[in-house]
Amino acid sequence: MGIIEAILLTVVTAATPLVLASLGELVSERAGVLNLGVEGMMVMGAVLAFAATQATGSPYIGILAGIACGALFSLLFGFLTLTLVANQVATGLALTILGLGVSGQIGEPYVGMSGVKLQPIVIPLLSDIPFIGPILFKQDLIFYLSIALVFGVNWFLFRSRAGLKIRAIGDNHASAHALGIHVIRTRYLAVMFGGACAGLAGAQLSLVYTPQWVENMSAGRGWIALALVVFASWRPWRLLAGGYLFGAVSISQLHAQALGLGIPSQFLSALPYAATVIVLILISHNRRMTLINTPACLGKPFVPDR
Amino acid sequence: MRIELERRANPSLLFSVLSPFLALTLTVFAGGIMFALLGKDPVSALYSFFIEPLLDIWSLHEIAIKAAPLILIGAGLSVCYRSNNWNIGAEGQFIAGAIAGAIVPVVFHDWHSSLVLPLMLIFGMIGGALYAAIPAFLKAQMNTNEILTSLMLVYIAQLFLDWLVRGPWRSPDAYNFPVTRDFAPEAILPELISSGRANLGFVFAIVAAVGLWIMMRYTLKGFEITVLGQSERAGRFAGFSSKRMIWFSMLLSGAFAGLAGISEVSGVIGKLQPIISPGYGFTAIIVAFLGRLNPLGIIAAGLFLALTYVGGEAVQLTLGVSDKVTRVFQGLLLFFVLSCDTLIQYRIRLVFSRFGQTSEGGAH
Repeated sequence: MGIIEAILLTVVTAATPLVLASLGELVSERAGVLNLGVEGMMVMGAVLAFAATQATGSPYIGILAGIACGALFSLLFGFLTLTLVANQVATGLALTILGLGVSGQIGEPYVGMSGVKLQPIVIPLLSDIPFIGPILFKQDLIFYLSIALVFGVNWFLFRSRAGLKIRAIGDNHASAHALGIHVIRTRYLAVMFGGACAGLAGAQLSLVYTPQWVENMSAGRGWIALALVVFASWRPWRLLAGGYLFGAVSISQLHAQALGLGIPSQFLSALPYAATVIVLILISHNRRMTLINTPACLGKPFVPDR
Repeated sequence: MRIELERRANPSLLFSVLSPFLALTLTVFAGGIMFALLGKDPVSALYSFFIEPLLDIWSLHEIAIKAAPLILIGAGLSVCYRSNNWNIGAEGQFIAGAIAGAIVPVVFHDWHSSLVLPLMLIFGMIGGALYAAIPAFLKAQMNTNEILTSLMLVYIAQLFLDWLVRGPWRSPDAYNFPVTRDFAPEAILPELISSGRANLGFVFAIVAAVGLWIMMRYTLKGFEITVLGQSERAGRFAGFSSKRMIWFSMLLSGAFAGLAGISEVSGVIGKLQPIISPGYGFTAIIVAFLGRLNPLGIIAAGLFLALTYVGGEAVQLTLGVSDKVTRVFQGLLLFFVLSCDTLIQYRIRLVFSRFGQTSEGGAH
């Protein structure tokens, strides 16, 4: 295996959680709900996936636990922001703070324990293609899921009736309500999908990326995922591209450290965060484009009048 | 069963006073359940978490020490949040203030003068304000979302501090430990009273909070903040500039966070090290909301959240529970605060029957 292949493999591993978490957030934001709790849902998914894997020995049970945990945890956010119309920004922050706290508590016995790595699934024939094969077709289940979900979400949002309803709710919840669409119910589902995706992304961290539990192991990826949604202007394909771009940036620090360029490691570690800021600036300085792309009801509370 | 909200004609005064207390009660209750799940007796656990720290002088001082940065940062953030500017990077501004303030005692360590401490404090405020100026500039001029930029800058500040104390600022006589040289005595924030460690930082916090309360209540600026926060359009008609408000609120909260940062390293730690804050900048967000974005409420909220830090350390010692319960408590508290605040604007009704259930879409 060549050096380039090896590097690309690490990029894929680093990009997958970003793609997954931001894809879930994209659906939620398309429905008009800004959930800043991605980081919290992700870290909860990571710890529960790890715990379930330790308990059962099967990382696949771990994946399911991560997904379920993310979805359940997001319900808390849904209840506050959708049923009780609490401020979405503040509630999202609360979800993140609570998630980091609870995961630290749950994960305490698992610190330092060596985990079970999710094994790759080799796809016959396709994996024999030189260069591309080992990178794309000798991956683990979560990677395949992430790609399938990008396809699926893209189709769902732009080619299905339910997707149209979601976009309608995100752009004008009052009109959607008047047309008889269940605004709150749909938003609940969108938020739960976001939570499930974030939980799956967390499971990837503790089962594939570094198969162990470290406190706060999401390390800001949930926030980067939020930025990615803006970067992708709420479109799944651009999100896939952005996710891999960010994966490459975040992994480049490790390779740069290995090369020993003499740059302090802290500066390299800061790279993904700095890149996020720069990308946000580039994307949002065009006020009109931002306005066109952003779901018009994003972050606005909805109370059906009776 | 469904929950229906009915908007009140006027915000309920009763619940705006009651809601923080309701939230506290719920948090304590949920905390009891958590302790029971951890296999501890909930009553005695809650007692050592919330009551015991109030009973001896040493922990009262610890509470004052931890409340100081929380109140200072929370008060600054309340101005931001009232004006609808979502600065969530106070942790980064705290670190930036600590670094900027520490320039004097670390780089110019040979210079001894009574000016050292005031200069440090001023540098700290400038450092915090400058660091907050980045998301302010990006929001005001480049239309960039301040939530994400201010948060990303937290990570960058943490890494920069880490580099400083391991690299150029590492003390020559610390046996390779990642710390700067100890601050000279004139660079240390004086203690308040002889009975314990509480320092001048607590006074800064109270003065700042009361000052902001006066500003919010009695000055045009306070009115401007509220108007722009509730309706940017209405504010524009009144001749207020939302751009200028972005700058004002971000710089103010940054300066407060910076002052908290330099006060912490000067008064409590006495040097710079890789980790200088147990998440004060994030906890202060909870403080701001628990205090209902009112500076006087924030003083009370800051004291309470400081109690959760000290209580967490206490149960760690007495019950062998991890101090992570502190963060769980804090997260729960914010949740309950936000849900109880719904009662201020809305009446909540539980609907049991299927009749009269206007399907959510459609019928009016």
